[in-house]
Amino acid sequence: MPRVRLQAEPFDPGAETNAFLKGREETGAFVSFVGTVRSTPDKPVTSLTLEHYPGMAEAQITRFAEEALERFKLTDIAAIHRFGTMKPGEVIVMVMALSPHRLAAFDGANFVMDWLKTDAPFWKKEAGPQGENWVEAKATDDTARDRWKS
Amino acid sequence: MKLVYFAWIRERLNRSGDEVDPPAEVVTVSDLLDWLADGDESFALLLEDRKAIRAARDEELVDHDAPIAGAGTIALFPPMTGG
Repeated sequence: MPRVRLQAEPFDPGAETNAFLKGREETGAFVSFVGTVRSTPDKPVTSLTLEHYPGMAEAQITRFAEEALERFKLTDIAAIHRFGTMKPGEVIVMVMALSPHRLAAFDGANFVMDWLKTDAPFWKKEAGPQGENWVEAKATDDTARDRWKS
Repeated sequence: MKLVYFAWIRERLNRSGDEVDPPAEVVTVSDLLDWLADGDESFALLLEDRKAIRAARDEELVDHDAPIAGAGTIALFPPMTGG
């Protein structure tokens, strides 16, 4: 069973990694993805707020994690996603995939992230010097997801 | 039937949901959007770009041609931007 967690509180990706990997003698490949709040000089962001649809958000990520587990024959997979307001540099999301070999672990983490970005009910709102705006969905994210449909 | 709204849809309507009882001829999500737009000016403005509206029926993503009969909750929201 994939472990999927949604929370408002910050979390430590290092501690999550160590906990996930503890006692895993029989697998050889671990891949994790960590997404953080970005702020650049040409597009400064003071905070990012993630709205979500409670219940459905968790159910969707769990569905993608279960599909990844099955499709890539993973040993285990886990995902953590935050909601609420966070600052630049803070962790938003983490996906961890474990498998006997590295390609499946990379693919599993990629698969979950690609589906999560377009099909899990979260919405980002950025605040910066120019005010607040809802982040627009990108067509490239749909393309990234669609490559897994074959 | 319960309606719930998220992100800029919720903000522009200035509420997070409604309780509605659409007539029998409102069969699909698309019909529901038409019916909402007919009865509410703010919905009409919001729904000018239909492609920007996503829907979930009882927490399952559905297309605009999906039936709404028997649904407990229909959620309306913009394209998702998680991760």
